[in-house]
Amino acid sequence: MSFVGIIFTAVFVNNVVLYQLLGLCPLFAAAGSRRSALGLGLAVSLVLALTAPAVWALQHLVLVPLRLAYLQTLAFVLLIAGIFQLVRLAGLVLARLAPAAHRALGVHLPLAAVNCVVLGSCLLLVPGLSSAGRSAIAGLSAGAGFLIASVVLASIQARLRSEWVPEAMRGLPITLVSAALMALGFLAFDRVLLAKLFG
Amino acid sequence: MREGAFFRGLARENPLLVYLLGLCPALAVSDLVSKALGLGAGVILVLLAAVAAARLLRPVIPERLQPLVWLVLVAALVSLVDLAMQAWLPALRQQLGVYLQLLAVNCLILGLVERLARRRSLSRCLRLAAGQGAGFTLALLLIALVREVLGSGTITLFPFGSFGGVIRIPGLSLHPARAVSLAAGALLVLGYLVALAGRLKAGRRRAEQRSAG
Repeated sequence: MSFVGIIFTAVFVNNVVLYQLLGLCPLFAAAGSRRSALGLGLAVSLVLALTAPAVWALQHLVLVPLRLAYLQTLAFVLLIAGIFQLVRLAGLVLARLAPAAHRALGVHLPLAAVNCVVLGSCLLLVPGLSSAGRSAIAGLSAGAGFLIASVVLASIQARLRSEWVPEAMRGLPITLVSAALMALGFLAFDRVLLAKLFG
Repeated sequence: MREGAFFRGLARENPLLVYLLGLCPALAVSDLVSKALGLGAGVILVLLAAVAAARLLRPVIPERLQPLVWLVLVAALVSLVDLAMQAWLPALRQQLGVYLQLLAVNCLILGLVERLARRRSLSRCLRLAAGQGAGFTLALLLIALVREVLGSGTITLFPFGSFGGVIRIPGLSLHPARAVSLAAGALLVLGYLVALAGRLKAGRRRAEQRSAG
């Protein structure tokens, strides 16, 4: 598949949140403000762009040649935890050099570690890709898909604050229903549209 | 009203409908009842084994290493369940896909292991864990029932004997509302169920206040 195809598929067609239902817990936690949604989306994109090629290398250069594919889950979890520690160290350095950027991004890095977006995207994307570079692009695009979903959801929440919502639906239920309507909207991006756009 | 450790997880502290823990795998597999049952069984097994092992290992593991050890422990248990399922229930394993492996980073399991490893009594830990696992499975089953009945017009169970495993609901199975079995339907059904759970809770609180005052 071409690079444009990989990007379009990961951002719109197989959107991590709205198609694959991954990373919902941090998404709803950050839906309160657009700022934190943006920070969370950037953090997830950064972590995914780093982990996807690393996981690709682990899978195709270590696990498959050594016939250790049954250790996949354990190996991926450990690798992702390791990369996350590195990112956190980098975050500490960032805090010294650029405090403002760290405030916007740093708070969300712990959330991004344990959540299932990272492991889920790696498990779904990596087996089908042919090189580490493609995995990095796919990981970054999956992160961008998450960023779009989280920012749009936070914007919907901001609009809803001035509207009347039935008492039982206030808070999480209305957020879930908003996300459901967004997911319905994203159904417009499907494989047929992809084929028409990129042949 | 004081409930037993096991029953607390079923209703009042239901992990899925009250605390919204472990959402990601739960919503993705709730389009068929058989998948919900399979994932629920996996969660209960992993949860019980992980909580018991963490509770027993805690005295010998340094405080700083504990999060890492719990992560490895849960991932290893999930791999075991995964391999067992590949051997004995390959069709179900195929349907669950990556969402079974994702239990390794499930916030319900990791959170509970972290929290319960500090408790003193092992049997109480196990009862709390079993209650949370059962509550998760029941809520998942409820979502799956609504989604599969409305979205496909069927109830898929496991085939045994002359029973093929799929119950068709007359009328609905010919013209189902397909959107309910897509990702959008999962979010929608969960949204309304959470609203219902919140409403029941508010009603019960009001009744308790009335009887107290």
